[in-house]
Amino acid sequence: MTGKRIVSILAHRLAIIAYVVFALFPLYWLLKVSVTPNKLLYSEGIKMWPSRTSFEHFDFVLKHSEFPTFFKNSLIVSGSTAIIVTVLASLAGYAMSRFSFRGKYWIVTLMLLTQMFPLVMLVAPIFKILSPLGLTNSLTGLVIVYTAFNVPFATFLMQSFFDGIPKDLEEAAMIDGATQFVAFRQIILPLTLPGIAATLGFVFTAAWSELLFSLMLISGNDSATFPVGLLSFVSKFSVDFGQMMAAGVMALIPACLFFLLIQRYLVQGLTAGAVKG
Amino acid sequence: MASIDIANIRKSYGIHPVLHGIDLAIKDGEFVVLVGPSGCGKSTLLRMIAGLEAVTDGEIRIDGKRVNDLAPKDRDIAMVFQSYALYPHMSVAKNMSYSLRLRKTAKDRIASVVAGAASKLGLDPLMERRPKALSGGQRQRVAMGRAIVREPKAFLFDEPLSNLDARLREQMRAEIKKLHQDLGATSIYVTHDQIEAMTLADRIVAMHGGIIQQVGSPLELYDNPANLFVAGFIGSPGMNFFEGRYMVTGDTASFALTGGIVLPLGGTANLQDGSRATLGIRPEHVVLGADGPDVMKASVDLVEPTGFGIIVHLKLGPVAFKAFTLDRRFLGMHGEVDVRLPVENLHFFNDAGKKV
Repeated sequence: MTGKRIVSILAHRLAIIAYVVFALFPLYWLLKVSVTPNKLLYSEGIKMWPSRTSFEHFDFVLKHSEFPTFFKNSLIVSGSTAIIVTVLASLAGYAMSRFSFRGKYWIVTLMLLTQMFPLVMLVAPIFKILSPLGLTNSLTGLVIVYTAFNVPFATFLMQSFFDGIPKDLEEAAMIDGATQFVAFRQIILPLTLPGIAATLGFVFTAAWSELLFSLMLISGNDSATFPVGLLSFVSKFSVDFGQMMAAGVMALIPACLFFLLIQRYLVQGLTAGAVKG
Repeated sequence: MASIDIANIRKSYGIHPVLHGIDLAIKDGEFVVLVGPSGCGKSTLLRMIAGLEAVTDGEIRIDGKRVNDLAPKDRDIAMVFQSYALYPHMSVAKNMSYSLRLRKTAKDRIASVVAGAASKLGLDPLMERRPKALSGGQRQRVAMGRAIVREPKAFLFDEPLSNLDARLREQMRAEIKKLHQDLGATSIYVTHDQIEAMTLADRIVAMHGGIIQQVGSPLELYDNPANLFVAGFIGSPGMNFFEGRYMVTGDTASFALTGGIVLPLGGTANLQDGSRATLGIRPEHVVLGADGPDVMKASVDLVEPTGFGIIVHLKLGPVAFKAFTLDRRFLGMHGEVDVRLPVENLHFFNDAGKKV
């Protein structure tokens, strides 16, 4: 191996390491602050790891704050949104991919249009709509709003997955004796599992970290989701960074678990061998 | 098994007509091949019989029963796709039994039928594999197995061998023919490969531009093509065509090519003196090294040995044509050669392209 080649490999690896460090450093800092005792938080200056660690923040957040409620609310809202959106987007995406119907062009255009507005513009009208219906300050209201905002993109996502599955497969199933719906359920859907997993993951994370609407639509602590709850660690005179970071670490857990669960489908190319290729 | 009757079938996509009134009666147990170049409507016709495309106008009957508005699943036909279309998440056994499971056939019956089909196609050791672990030929066999377990009224094949390499194609072609002989099932086979059409068909349906050009046995189409299209499409290397004018002088006739060269014909044809026409002759009918009063001198342009025979590219003035011979003496040929076009092997086509 020549010296020049070694240098280029070294530079390449260093660039990758620099990137990974840059991307993961905030997460590391979250973890570091969450285990730093309050006493050392301001007295030790900037250190990469505290001289003493403790789980006192976690203990406090779990036992003496409303974090478990926030956590449960977030789980309900994000889980329901992810499931509802994925079911709707699968059906809509299949229709977009396979059927030609009157007004298809306009439906696609309208769906695209909904993605073009800054959400802030829509907060006031949505509040005005939901308020008389009694859907403000309720998890149901949040699920409806999140579903409405996520369905268009999720539909495009699912459509592209369906487009990738050869039409011959469902035609073969229909000749074998299946109706179009049975062909969809037994042949196409199992092959779209990676797409479904990706959509579930995408929508779940989007709903999990959404702050704007939950802040505007929810006022009490009972129905607050965890991003809103994190703000409760900011009081008038101080910010409780240790507790906030501990809550943040715990909020990462479901998202991580979720991706661990679906990663098998994300990486698997299930359609291999279906047709020539 | 069943007969299939197609009456005045038309198909348009929007304002674009694809099929212009197709009439075809397929007998019970017959092997019919639809052949033609890309875009001639042969696949569309097959998909209409399968129920995958709506019929714009006309009627399709399977066993005397009108099926225009029946879903594919209610037509009781099986289809083999060019892309194989195997279900990738199912094993070979599950792929083959899918149709029977949908019909809620008894488990032991499924097992025996699938095992029978598997042994017929030599698939026994592969039954638990997924399609991605199979070679192209094996996948095509599974696709055929999936079709035969059903014992359907008819088999439809949509260019099933186009994705295979030449050697495998030859082998599978023979297997399909053997399968048809064993099962005696009504089959419709779409291909653009005229060799497949010639070797497999009881009857060939040659299509072009959404119209049936000729229906007949393979040799009928080869020996007696109805028009210029069929003459040029069937046969490899393809038929030679010469455009010109038919002339009669006393007892003998000649053919004046557009370039000014006159071919002596040594006989007469059923054409009016002075009429414009196209003359066709198959390369294997061109006699090389001939003698007699009606020979011409042609210059040798190129010699292509195929192993089996030799294709000689010739030129009569500016007009190029080919000859095919088994005589290896012509391998090293160059310069000029005496050729004869025997009148009994000539095909004449009138101005409209119809055979006269």
